[in-house]
Amino acid sequence: MLPTPSTDHVTFENVYEPAEDSFLLLDTLSSRSEREFLRARFPATAGASPVVLEIGTGSGVVLAFVAANALHILGRSDIMTVATDINSFACHATKKTLQLALASNASENPSAPVPIFLDSINSDLASPLRAGSLDVLIFNPPYVPTEGLPDLSKHDKFNAVTEHGADSFDCNSHMLALSYAGGVDGMEVTNRLLGQIPTLLRKGEGVAYILLCAQNRPDHVKSLVRQWGSGWKVETVGSSGKKAGWERLQVIRIWQ
Amino acid sequence: MKILTLNFVTCARKACKASPAAFPLRPREAELEIVEQDINPLFVRNVLPRLEWDALREVCGELGLQQLPSTAPSPDDLFTTTPAAADTAMADAADAHEPRPSQLLRDLHTLLLETTMRSGKLVCGNCGHEYAVKEGIANFLLPSHLV
Repeated sequence: MLPTPSTDHVTFENVYEPAEDSFLLLDTLSSRSEREFLRARFPATAGASPVVLEIGTGSGVVLAFVAANALHILGRSDIMTVATDINSFACHATKKTLQLALASNASENPSAPVPIFLDSINSDLASPLRAGSLDVLIFNPPYVPTEGLPDLSKHDKFNAVTEHGADSFDCNSHMLALSYAGGVDGMEVTNRLLGQIPTLLRKGEGVAYILLCAQNRPDHVKSLVRQWGSGWKVETVGSSGKKAGWERLQVIRIWQ
Repeated sequence: MKILTLNFVTCARKACKASPAAFPLRPREAELEIVEQDINPLFVRNVLPRLEWDALREVCGELGLQQLPSTAPSPDDLFTTTPAAADTAMADAADAHEPRPSQLLRDLHTLLLETTMRSGKLVCGNCGHEYAVKEGIANFLLPSHLV
């Protein structure tokens, strides 16, 4: 069993705490079938380093897991990992989680090459990333159905890192709402990202992993992806919380 | 923010996505620092095909860093079988023929992964929008009227 990266340094008042959905992503990405898929898709012998982006990293536990276990998951250690989050506190937390995970890896295997963590970026989804530059995209979206989305007109104020940290109740509830509130069907944010996937992924090579919950109507989401044409495929590659035949959570893989 | 990361980001505005002037973003008032990293020679070799070399040269020019050659180096330039002078005494016969990271590979490692922008601004050459970098983290969030 691979170790879960430490997030002891993270303040969970304003950053999403690793939960069942995060752990489903860890299990799915390190499952035998996904390791085989990723190793065949990005063979170490083929040279060019894969770029792995996680959107909305929160504590950074998922991306740190992928980075620290790159050799196990992708069969190569020459990968680049990049993180984005709309919450600046999450960006700082993620940076620290990645640094700690890679350092603890390096101390355990001093002779092994260390995978690369590029940067934590404060952004909406993947908005500053160059088109066609991503090989692996991971997204654990705000998927809970809610009435409306958090009010972004106040985001700047809450997002500023002040000397005392932003510890007010309003700030914390705003930041946490951004991590879970998905609007109609819990799909408003995910739908925006889905629309950008064909542009963001490297043509013919990129692959995206997206977590969905039962209320997101995963079968409907998958049928929409299949309508993109151009050889786009989608499959459920991980699930948890089975109840009366329903998966509460699932991870879909989208690729060409 | 690492120099290498600047090779993967562009202006966050939709209107700028198609404009060649939006990439690379231009660093301004940059406070740079060197953050030491373990060298991963295989990574330096395999990142080369992922680089937009001209954009990297431009960024280096803007930051007043070392002048890069006009074309990207070939993988052969990154390794040498000649032992480095300091190692000669210690290198045994078998070791001497192992490919070692060349000075160029070490320089690229320092430039791409160790040279980081601690603070400053990244400016879009198309729309002029400035993105702030603070404590090494760039803020690409746009005010609502620009989204």
